[in-house]
Amino acid sequence: MAEGAPLFKVTIDNITVEVPAGTTILNAARKIGGDVAPPAMCYYSKLQGSGGKCRTCLVEVSKGSEKDPRPMPKLVASCRTTVMDGMEVKNITSPKVLDARAGVVEFLLLNHPLDCPICDQAGECHLQDLSYEHGKAGTRYEFQRRTFHKHDLGEYIQLHMTRCILCYRCVFTADQLTAKREHGVLDRGDHAQIATFIEKNLQNDFIGNVIDVCPVGALTDKTFRFKNRVWFTKPVDAHRDCPKCSGEVQLWMRGDEVFRITARKDEWGEIKDTTQGKPGWICNECRFEKKQVSDWVIEGPSKVNRQSVISANHYVGVQKPGETFENVMDGRQPRLFMDIHSVSEVNKPEIQLSLIEGPAHSDDFEVNNKD
Amino acid sequence: MAVKLLLENAHVEGIRYYEAYRRTGGYRSVEKALKMTPEAIVEEVKKSGLRGRGGAGFPAGMKWSFIAKPEGVPRHLVCNADESEPGTFKDRYLMEFLPHLLIEGLIVSSFALGSNATYIYIRGEYAWIPDILEHAIDEAKANGWLGKNILGTGFDCEIYVQRGAGAYICGEETALIESLEGKRGNPRIKPPFPAVKGVWDRPTVVNNVETLAAVVPIINMGGDEYAKIGVGRSTGTKLISACGNINKPGVYEIDMTISVEEFIYSDEYCGGIPNGKKLKACIPGGSSVPILPANLLLKTAKGETRYMNYESLSDGGFATGSMMGSGGFIVLDEDQCVVRNTLTLARFYRHESCGQCSPCREGTGWMEKILKNIEYGKGKMSDIDLLWDIQRKIEGNTICPLGDAAAWPVAAAIRHFRDEFEWHVLNPEESQRRNYGLAHYADAREIVAA
Repeated sequence: MAEGAPLFKVTIDNITVEVPAGTTILNAARKIGGDVAPPAMCYYSKLQGSGGKCRTCLVEVSKGSEKDPRPMPKLVASCRTTVMDGMEVKNITSPKVLDARAGVVEFLLLNHPLDCPICDQAGECHLQDLSYEHGKAGTRYEFQRRTFHKHDLGEYIQLHMTRCILCYRCVFTADQLTAKREHGVLDRGDHAQIATFIEKNLQNDFIGNVIDVCPVGALTDKTFRFKNRVWFTKPVDAHRDCPKCSGEVQLWMRGDEVFRITARKDEWGEIKDTTQGKPGWICNECRFEKKQVSDWVIEGPSKVNRQSVISANHYVGVQKPGETFENVMDGRQPRLFMDIHSVSEVNKPEIQLSLIEGPAHSDDFEVNNKD
Repeated sequence: MAVKLLLENAHVEGIRYYEAYRRTGGYRSVEKALKMTPEAIVEEVKKSGLRGRGGAGFPAGMKWSFIAKPEGVPRHLVCNADESEPGTFKDRYLMEFLPHLLIEGLIVSSFALGSNATYIYIRGEYAWIPDILEHAIDEAKANGWLGKNILGTGFDCEIYVQRGAGAYICGEETALIESLEGKRGNPRIKPPFPAVKGVWDRPTVVNNVETLAAVVPIINMGGDEYAKIGVGRSTGTKLISACGNINKPGVYEIDMTISVEEFIYSDEYCGGIPNGKKLKACIPGGSSVPILPANLLLKTAKGETRYMNYESLSDGGFATGSMMGSGGFIVLDEDQCVVRNTLTLARFYRHESCGQCSPCREGTGWMEKILKNIEYGKGKMSDIDLLWDIQRKIEGNTICPLGDAAAWPVAAAIRHFRDEFEWHVLNPEESQRRNYGLAHYADAREIVAA
């Protein structure tokens, strides 16, 4: 953003934040962080033109701007709508948004194979997170799921078209990162697919980055395929002197073995900037061919991102609450929220469990139940 | 009697060719318009109240005045001839029989908008029409109406015909622009609107064939005169392509003051329902607009007569009304099955969804599968509510209006014909043998007579 650009005040879920003009609602919400930031499956801040397709980031604009306070008639894609001064946005405070988002999650999972147990992306899959956070437990879809013919993309990249949600991120990556794009979207509608025409290998030096941008397990690393589960490996920051790229990567290690190498990612699951401040895309050589610890200078354990299952209990930036119960309640101890004896028959204190012969049986409590 | 502005000379011998067209007063509007200023032409179109004939009915003059005019950046006019809506074939008639009328309208509009390169994006399935148009363009060029320095005014204009490859979605203006640029026809995310960033990021106006052809009579007779035809905000004449169970299917030019009843039953237009059958339902504006049962079609919910114009057809909103749309008038008689009709439309939208955004990509296919089950006697009662829920989650949540267009027919069919869906579910075997026939929406003319 240019220096001196005017700052716009935008209120998202009743939290006001000031952002430069031209910022999208999504990025303003990410500035606030937490649950206020809408999920995004297709938007990728490092890729120009991405976003607007998956519709998971729909939000309600309840006030257009200070000048024109009319609400927007439809839900808008927050990743492609720029903020106006005085705009008021409802994300998780709007039932309309939550309903629409649950619908989008259902649509995305409609033809998804849900083969997470054998999917290499499981554990760091954005679609998993999305369906846990915003989806419903069951599906109402009773038909056969869509399948595709297999396409071989060469020795490094495995394509599982059935898992694809058509976010177009890999297409933008190839367009903007590599000299020539050899894959794209063929066909249309529900049989649209990512493929090469006709059967080509993806061989460009930077094409491996499509694996990092893929939010689901549609594009995975063949050198890591079925070797390990993500949650058994530990991420370690490392670098090497690479003539092609920054060489700043994350090694996914188990013991002394390097199982997988990816670019470093930020808390939104996107590629981090390098220490030089450029997007940290890495080359195929670093990603696929340097699987020895001796190839790398280890910097230390990575901070794990919120998307990963390995981050359980070590979230970045967790703060312990300063206010304890005692502080808030003037030194009084908290009362039990629920007296368990009053709600459960089983725990009626008048029955002396020690007096019952053998293990307690439901019959032993029937007296109380009948009363 | 009916006013004819566009199809007045449609039956003149040889009107497809320059000589006959010029003899009947063709290209007068170019002579007149090139003496005016571009702003004055836009003003005339604004005064005429001409509304876009492609389906949305957005005022054309307003659209023209939105076009950005940055210094040194060329502007473009694109004629949307990708007429693919089931039931709509009015543009095909215009282009096939009166190609010079479109060319004439394009020259005037190009001058008004400052477009030196104007494109006609034509539907791939209209395989023979580009030749007709290109022949007409050649004739116009040979007679000095196109090319460099038209009529000595210093205005240059070229018209190019671009064939589509057969995709309904390329009728959406931003998808059309993508396709015109040689890319995959995916709709763009708006804003920016084409008036700011269109073809090759240049300011662009995309208009329907009929809209651009209507510019000719507007210039000839003046915007104020044109606005006197019709009623309210529905000014001028509208081409209606009538089809389905009627005696005289075809393209009719109406002046938007006639009632729907007159349009269906009068001998001047559709000529009634064949074989003495009764009217069951009608899709009044092309496949994507809500279907209306006979009782709501002829009379509005308030009991007023429904007329063939933008306001009257949409009276009552989507609950009891429909839309003028693109003017594809599809009539269903008592022998037609609404479930089957809805399935046909759902299949169309599933096939034509571009697959870019998830609600439309996945939802259209899901709706089709459920409708197929219901139609073939395998449906469940809960499927009807499920359909309703799916369409609700598609509508308004997609990038382009195709999602809405896929959701509306299903919504309207369930809204007005729920009993027929339930009958299909409850009588799976009988529904394979016969159709449901009429119900509460019996021919409104009988209700009136009784």
